[in-house]
This record gives sequence, C-alpha cells and structure tokens, in this order.
Amino acid sequence: MNTTIMLFLVQDGITNGAIYALLGLALVLVFAVTRVILIPQGEFVTYGALTYASLAAGQMPGTAKLALALGIGAFAFDLFVARKALHGRLILRSAITNIALPAIVLALTVYFTAQKPPVVVSIALSLVIVAMIGLYLYRVAFQPLAHTSVLVLLIASVGVHLALQGLGLLFFGAEGQRGPAVLSGAFTAGSLRFTGQSLTVYGITIAFIVGLWLFFGLTLYGKALRATAVNRLGARLVGIRTTLSGQIAFLLASVIGALSGIMIVPITTLYYDSGFLIGLKGFVAAIIGGLVSYPLTAVAALVVGLVEAFSSFYASNYKEVIVFMLLIPVLLLRSLAAPAVEEDKD
Amino acid sequence: MSALLSVSDAHVAYGKVEAVRSVSLEVGANEIVTIVGANGAGKTTLLSAIIGILPLRGRVSFAGQDLARLDIEDRVAMGLGLVPEHRELFVTMNVEDNLELGAFRIERSKAKASMERVYALFPRLKERRKQLAGTLSGGEQQMLAMGRALMGEPKLLMLDEPSLGLAPIIVADIFRIVTELRASGVSVLLVEQNAQAALKIADQAYVMELGEFVLSGKASDIAANERVAASYLGFQHEGESAI
Repeated sequence: MNTTIMLFLVQDGITNGAIYALLGLALVLVFAVTRVILIPQGEFVTYGALTYASLAAGQMPGTAKLALALGIGAFAFDLFVARKALHGRLILRSAITNIALPAIVLALTVYFTAQKPPVVVSIALSLVIVAMIGLYLYRVAFQPLAHTSVLVLLIASVGVHLALQGLGLLFFGAEGQRGPAVLSGAFTAGSLRFTGQSLTVYGITIAFIVGLWLFFGLTLYGKALRATAVNRLGARLVGIRTTLSGQIAFLLASVIGALSGIMIVPITTLYYDSGFLIGLKGFVAAIIGGLVSYPLTAVAALVVGLVEAFSSFYASNYKEVIVFMLLIPVLLLRSLAAPAVEEDKD
Repeated sequence: MSALLSVSDAHVAYGKVEAVRSVSLEVGANEIVTIVGANGAGKTTLLSAIIGILPLRGRVSFAGQDLARLDIEDRVAMGLGLVPEHRELFVTMNVEDNLELGAFRIERSKAKASMERVYALFPRLKERRKQLAGTLSGGEQQMLAMGRALMGEPKLLMLDEPSLGLAPIIVADIFRIVTELRASGVSVLLVEQNAQAALKIADQAYVMELGEFVLSGKASDIAANERVAASYLGFQHEGESAI
C-alpha cells in the first residue's frame, strides 16, 4: 500500500467515523436519560436521508404523513392520561404540539414537493419531520413503559425498529436513493481530494459536538438532562419531569440521526434498511464507551470508522465482520475490569 | 388554622405487606414535627409515600390541596420538599450545579437570591462550590442535599435521618440549622433515630412502632414519657451515643 491509498483510507475512515460518533453520542444520551437502547436510531438516519432525497427529487415523502399519524396517537395517549381531570390548557397544548404542528408541516411538505424545493428547505423539512417522529415515538412507545426494566424497553425498541423499517419500505420502496450534495465542489491538497460534502460532514459533526457540550455544560435544561441520567429519583425530587428529559433526549437523537442521514446520502446510496447497519456501528462505539462516556464514544467511533475503511481495502468481504468483532475484546476487557453489577430496580 | 400538611388514615404497602397502617399526622406552619422510632418502624416509608414515591391509601393534603393525583414533581413545585435518607445527589456534577437544579421549578430571577441564602446557611458549600458532589464528605453531602431542597423554596421540608452516620459536631450543626429554618418560616417534618436530639428541637412528636403511631403529643411531653425514655432515649446522656 502506498501513502496515497493510506491517506485516502484514513480520510474515508474519519468521514464515516464522524457520523458514527454522532450516532454513538445520541445512543449514549438516550440510554443514560431513559434507559432505552435506541435500536431505531438507524431508522432516523434512513428516514432523514430518504425524506431529503425524495423532497429533492420532487416526490412526496410518506414520513410527513407518518408524523401526523403518530402525533394523533400521542394526542390520544395524552387525552387518555388526562381523562380524569380534563385541563383545557394542557389539552390545547397537546393538540398544538401533537396535531397542529405535524399538520402544518405536512401541508408545507405537500406545497414544496410540487415545486422542487431548494436544498435548504428540503433539509429543514426533513429534520423537522424526523424530529417530530422521534418525539411522538417516545410518547407512544416508551413513555408508557418508562418505569419498566431495561429488558422491556429493549423489546419495545426492537419492535419500533421493525415497524419503522417496514414502513420505510412502504414509503420509499426497495430501490436505493441518493440526494444532492449540501456543498458541491472540491479541492485538492497534495494527493488528497476533499469534496465539499466531506467537509460538511466534519464541520457539522464538530459543530454538533461543541453545541451538545455547551448545552449540557451551561444550560439549565442540559443540566437537568444530565441530572436525570445521574440520579432519576434525585431529579424528580427537584421537580424535573422524567418525561420532559425523555422528550428532549429523543428529540436530540432523532435530529442527530436525520442530520447524519442527510450528510451521507449524497456520498452513498441508501436503502430503506441501510440505517440499521449504520446505527449498529454507532452502537459499537457506544458500547466501547460503556454507554456512559461521551468522549470515549467519540474516539471509539473514529476507530470504528478507520477499522472499517482499512478492512474494506484488505478484506472487503469481511468488513462488517471485522468491525463487529471489535466488540468481543472490548466486552471481554470490560467484564474483567468491572465487577458484576445487578440491574438496579428503580 | 388548618394544618400545612395533613395526613389522615394513611396505609402504605409493599405488595401485600403493609409497612404503614392507619397513620394520621399534621404539620402546622412554622413548626418542627418529628417522628421517632426504631429502625424498620416505617418512618422512611411514610415520607416516601407523602412525597409520592410510593402509593398511599388514605388522604394527604398539603396547603389545603389534595395530593392524591399529583406526581412527585407537582408536589415539589407546590412547596413540599424531601431530603431522602440516601440524599440522591447528582454525584458527577459540582455543588453549584446541584444547587442550581434545586431551583428548577422556581423563577430564574429568584434562584440567585435563593443560592445566596443557602450559602449563608452552609458557608462550607460556598467554599466547595466547584467540587463534584460525589467527592464531598458525608456531612457536606447532607448539607448539599438540604441546600438543594431549600433552593426550591419549600414551605415544608421533610428530612429523613439527616444525622445518620455523621460526626457529632456536624449533627449539632444540622440540628441548629433545622431550628433556623423554622425561624425563617419553613416547617420541618423530621424523621430521626437520634430521638433525644430530635425531641429537643421539635414542637410536636410522634412515636412510631411497627408501622403505627403509638404515641403523639408535644415533643417535651413525649421526651418526658417513661416508656419513650426507656426504649428510645435509653441511658443516653447528652453528647454521648447510646453504646
């Protein structure tokens, strides 16, 4: 192998690793706050990517309708819970966030689809649609189970993943799609060629990580989210609603997923089921970070990206196998280093 | 005048086992009320049920409002605070962040003044404000837990075994602060195994045995009661532990 190929592989690995880092961070966040292992994270990626690609191609994405349907479901849950004490204000607020909002977004989507929207509008619409899906999914599938064990939440998570994947096939068909580049153009530095898209990936990833860091370190809601992750009962005793933290976590996770999808769909063709594998690699990084450490997850994600790039060069048939095999030594080391911990029952 | 907190005929059960049976209690404004009793009498269980961690059968009202349908978070927002036995601090966050989160449900503009008041009450916390809560000593953690609860401007603070495992000098400090709280208009419901110290500062007292109140009345009368003296105060002398 010569230096050029090596540099090219490193560049490729870092681009992918940046995406895995974002997904891994989202997984850690959601798990720490809600104890949900978010398998549908990959679907947020495909939904974001394919919604963006469909809009750019002037096709109506089914995800906008799904958001409205889930919103109606979420509203029904709110109504059911409030059935004994009907507070007009609470119900109005629920109707606005769960029904009016997705209805408006659906109308906008229909309007813009007809006239091939500019890239910025497609991105904004895709992000909002997937963010709403994430938020309503939490209300419908996870909030009612919030007090149950990690295992029950995992089963629900698998169920949501399968449902979303099936719906993805329905909405986008079995063919893969590509989207237009967010930033076109390229420049070369030495023997390396940087495309505008890969620079976008680096830029957005770094901006997002810095943004998250500021959010968790400086804002009251960011601190409240950390507090819920550290001590759920303690958080409730100062008046932080577990459901509020869960909503913020799911909102962030779905936005991160959709954004990752939008960033990679101009580089690789994505299918309705591609997200699972991408999400799983973020998951490998999150596991290496022990599902708690953000910096370790980010570093591990870069390693996953690099290992994937090099193994696709040396043994492309086995590239997934090699990436997932990273887990075995990590889990072995972790199980040796840490004493057995029983799941706490809060 | 109606009581600030009123519990009547409360039952709390873990599955089929009733840990608290037919308990009634009242805490008035500007009052320190203590519940004393042996380990396992059901004191912590009762406090957990009042704040909403455990389901309670019976009636609980706070500031004239029935609490039955309210979540923990709503009860906290109404001005009912609990400092639990295990403190439940945010151990990976610093002292200041812990306090700031204590004021999550009150206006941001008031939080600043609230923090100054807490620092005035616990100067030690101000010295340690950038230190992680998990690295504090036991006494400091207890102060932080109380400070965090006070940040929410509670009308009634429930303290669960605040003296447990702490050095006598710190215990004295904490009891002094409890009396200061009453002076500043915060009522306190104090659960203690250290009956002697608790009865000394309390206005009203309840004695709990096996999930039921067996005695209640003025704290000074309870302290003078022979049976209480024999089983809870023992041959304790001031400044010495029982054993």
